[in-house]
Amino acid sequence: MKNFRRLWLDGPYLLWTAAFIVIPLFTIVYYGLTDKTGAFTWDNILAMGTLERMKALILSLVLSLIATAVCLVMAYPLALILTNLKSGATGFIVSIFIIPMWMNSLLRILAWQTLLERNGVINQILQAMHLPKLYIINTPYAIALGMIYDFLPFMILPIYNSLLKLDPNVVNAAYDLGANRFQTFWKVIFPLTLPGVISGITMVFVPALTTFVISAFLGGSKVLLIGNVIEQQFTQVGDWNIGSGLSLVLMVFILISMAVMQHYDKDIAENKTAL
Amino acid sequence: MSNRLIDLQHITKAFDGTTVLDDMNLYIRENEFLTLLGPSGCGKTTTLRILGGFETPDEGRVIFDGQDITSLAPNKRQLNTVFQKYALFTHMSVADNIAFGLRIRKKSEDYIREKIRYALKLVNLEGYEDRSPDSLSGGQQQRIAIARAIVNEPKVLLLDEPLGALDLKLRQDMQYELIRLKNELGITFIYVTHDQEEALTMSDTIVVMNQGYIQQIGTPEDIYNEPQNAFVADFIGDSNLVDGTMIEDRLVEIFGVRFACVDTGFGTNRPVDVVIRPEDLELTALPEGAEPGSEEYEEAAGRITQMNPGFLEGIVSHVIFKGMHYEMEVRARGFEWLVLSTRMFQVGTKVLMSVDPFNIQIMNKPESEDEKAVNPEGGIG
Ligand SMILES: Nc1ncnc2c1ncn2[C@@H]1O[C@H](COP(=O)(O)OP(=O)(O)OP(=O)(O)O)[C@@H](O)[C@H]1O
Ligand SMILES: [Mg+2]
Repeated sequence: MKNFRRLWLDGPYLLWTAAFIVIPLFTIVYYGLTDKTGAFTWDNILAMGTLERMKALILSLVLSLIATAVCLVMAYPLALILTNLKSGATGFIVSIFIIPMWMNSLLRILAWQTLLERNGVINQILQAMHLPKLYIINTPYAIALGMIYDFLPFMILPIYNSLLKLDPNVVNAAYDLGANRFQTFWKVIFPLTLPGVISGITMVFVPALTTFVISAFLGGSKVLLIGNVIEQQFTQVGDWNIGSGLSLVLMVFILISMAVMQHYDKDIAENKTAL
Repeated sequence: MSNRLIDLQHITKAFDGTTVLDDMNLYIRENEFLTLLGPSGCGKTTTLRILGGFETPDEGRVIFDGQDITSLAPNKRQLNTVFQKYALFTHMSVADNIAFGLRIRKKSEDYIREKIRYALKLVNLEGYEDRSPDSLSGGQQQRIAIARAIVNEPKVLLLDEPLGALDLKLRQDMQYELIRLKNELGITFIYVTHDQEEALTMSDTIVVMNQGYIQQIGTPEDIYNEPQNAFVADFIGDSNLVDGTMIEDRLVEIFGVRFACVDTGFGTNRPVDVVIRPEDLELTALPEGAEPGSEEYEEAAGRITQMNPGFLEGIVSHVIFKGMHYEMEVRARGFEWLVLSTRMFQVGTKVLMSVDPFNIQIMNKPESEDEKAVNPEGGIG
């Protein structure tokens, strides 16, 4: 009876998990580890080894790390300012950051394309002001800019939330015990909001590493990220096996980064972060 | 116990146009255990936050040891706070929590280790160095918060309802612990509570506050025995608070009956508030069917009028056994009087109620809203 009820409750959830998470994952693993005839092979994994693909992978890693770092450096002070605002203004400013998230990401990237184009809005303004033009469209800079713009809210919100949850008296206690603002921040505020920082990092780094939309529009066909390489395998070359193999390699990098983050998270939980 | 360590002068503070503290004057002596007592929202925490430096008063000055510290940052003050909900650093071990202030002051690790050991011994938590604050009970967390504050050897410890979250038994134990701690450390405690019993047990001086005004400052005995106004009388302990008329010196009329009392200087025929503590009312049972004029009645009345010519006749309407005593309600002249007695009177018993003149407390009625404030230096009674 009890087991039956459990099945009844858990069933839909298990079905959902199977249909949309486990099956697609196994499909990718299957395609990634077989050739066209269905025989087992490592070839699709090793296909990452070409110069072009390695360059794309490394560029992806570098750009997403930079984007994550810049987002973090921008988001933390912003989140701090938000938490210290009077209640009325907070809602307004938070929505300024959230409303763009409701817009289609493609649309936002297209907007940047228009802004950054050789004869786009920014360059026309620069020209009108007799300033040198900015040629960053179709360069890694434009891609990094797009990533930062696109993913910044995902860094701000978890940090903002963890700052909100922080008991103001814990911060007061640090001042009370003689710490100045700098010491209070690094010894108390930052460590206690680290869970928010970590989820922010994950929420920026992972989509940045796998994006192909941002690089497609802001990098032209000149700059390829690993996301574009994989996408081409599926949509242009039509080789699902290699596409899946490359995806698996990318997944390993994501898993490694998640494991590193988990490690820090656990450190906090176990109170190992000494002063 | 003599010199003034802290002087709050004309402190006024408003939040969003609402006055929370209104021209507050208060001094705190060295080594004193001073308690701010009052109902929720009366401004106790705000007063403490002004002392700690987390809030700046709109007007007035805070003098500490002769120096004006009104706008000095919290980290520069020689006071430490124990916050209402402990506010421990949950990402650090107990030892690191306690060491926080010492490391900021760049003390040597040897000194710090010694201090941690000493502080944990003082709060009876030896061997808890490596525990995480989250793994401790409320009472233990509270003691860590105290240890974290006292290792810095502050001149004054500010405690904001430190026992508020604990259950009754633990709270009573911790009250004794705190008194012991204070005596051992020999420092000044400024303590906030809305629990009058806690205040009466622990304090040298109690400051009763209401709506941002100080109502009375005095020793626990003063506050309990001689409340200065109806608010204090009502807030401290259970009491019977009734309207009366001061006929002349040493004579007050309550519900049409004249009672002898010891108060003077209220003028003649002035309306006053009268407070009688429930334990001060004395009951005499009347035999069944004894009417005024009958022999039994006159005999009983005669005996009690030797103490005070005034008495009231009533009927016991409610009895509860409270362990040490009985708590009873007596209906007399339309008023339910609260009476505490070690003797039990059955519900329905006719009684005569009398009171020693010394135990009748007369207070002026507040004449206007502005009279809510009381001069802190003023004498009592
Ligand atoms: N930062 C603030 N902003 C606005 N109003 C405040 C602020 N701090 C306190 N108040 C208001 O000031 C009044 C007094 O608050 P305070 O915290 O001093 O009361 P309290 O006596 O400590 O009460 P409690 O026993 O509930 O802790 C309350 O009405 C409260 O709402
Ligand atoms: Mg309070």
